[in-house]
Amino acid sequence: MAFIDYYKILGIDKSASEKDIKSAYRKLARQYHPDLNPNDTESNKKFQQINEANEVLSDPEKRKKYDKYGENWQHGEEYEKYSQQQQAQGGQQYRGFGGGGGQGFENYEDFGGSGFSDFFEQMFGGAGGRSSGRQAKYRGQDYNAELKLTLKDVSETHKQTLAVNGKNIRITIPAGVENGQIIKIAGHGGPGVNGGPAGDLYITFLVAADPNFKRDGANLYTTAKLDLYTAVLGGEVTIDTLSGKVKIKVKPETQNNSTIRLKGKGLPVYKHEGHSGDLLVTYDIQMPVNLTEKQKELFTELSKSK
Amino acid sequence: MATKGLIEAKEFCTYHHVEYTFIDSLSQAGLIEIRATSEGTYIPETELQKLERMARLHTELEINLAGIEAITHLLRRVESIQEETRNLRNRLRRYEED
Repeated sequence: MAFIDYYKILGIDKSASEKDIKSAYRKLARQYHPDLNPNDTESNKKFQQINEANEVLSDPEKRKKYDKYGENWQHGEEYEKYSQQQQAQGGQQYRGFGGGGGQGFENYEDFGGSGFSDFFEQMFGGAGGRSSGRQAKYRGQDYNAELKLTLKDVSETHKQTLAVNGKNIRITIPAGVENGQIIKIAGHGGPGVNGGPAGDLYITFLVAADPNFKRDGANLYTTAKLDLYTAVLGGEVTIDTLSGKVKIKVKPETQNNSTIRLKGKGLPVYKHEGHSGDLLVTYDIQMPVNLTEKQKELFTELSKSK
Repeated sequence: MATKGLIEAKEFCTYHHVEYTFIDSLSQAGLIEIRATSEGTYIPETELQKLERMARLHTELEINLAGIEAITHLLRRVESIQEETRNLRNRLRRYEED
């Protein structure tokens, strides 16, 4: 767990007055407030840091404590002993330091359920360490989660259980969700501080590219290989769709790169039950290879009939 | 009048520490919809999320009504641009090599 330079976060120097701190905080809060930066995880993180820096620096007691230990916060207890020795020898007196230890902590960017960093919790004893006179309500942190889906998953509405911060949440994934689409689950983010409301959970759907189908909204695109003879004379071809194989008729004299539309064989239209897109199939006509002498003769004959 | 799906404005003001005039001004600016009855003023549940966001902007960032109005319009544009970008990206995937 690294030391956090709250002055640096607010862009002020150590001699900053209360007014400077307030003004720097307000300026940055207006820039990074989650309500002004929808779906922006980085801004959210930054806002938590700014909030925490303000929580410490705008409170004279916390600021004093923070300034006293500074980068040596982790060795508070050692400082304590050292200071007592110094005191006995006429040195400077240090006050108590809550917490101590400093083992088993995660990176400071991992804000805990309280919305404050481990550094803060360690130094000031968590949200409970707030001074009694200042009971500002804070909305809990918004959580962001990603859910990977295949095209097949998107083809029907289904339920899935997600583990978010140790809690299992069962959500319904509507058929037809788009890649990158975000849904909000209100109140499933971090808990609020001092009675503030809980944050929200944002789930981003990541729909993996499919090797057989390309997608444009609810329509799907695929390519079907067709041999020259079926293309010329007509016949049948079997095509893979998301719901299984289908056999379709091929018209005589089908051209290369021509497209046919299979109505309703695409993806369901998002939140429009009973409506589905189409599957567009482009024919990729395969030229025969390794012709026998006889076949070559026949092609030559054919070419003369043009 | 049935109050199902409606939240009393007074209750909202107490919880969010805002004056009733704040809600009234937002309503007059056409930013939210409220229902005034002989029994009191109510906020439809569907407006709650929007109103809570505006209340946070007002109390946490000290943004006035004009600022909230401008932010609301800009956020709508941001959200619509974000959606358009996502749709365009998804359409582009059709032409990307596997």
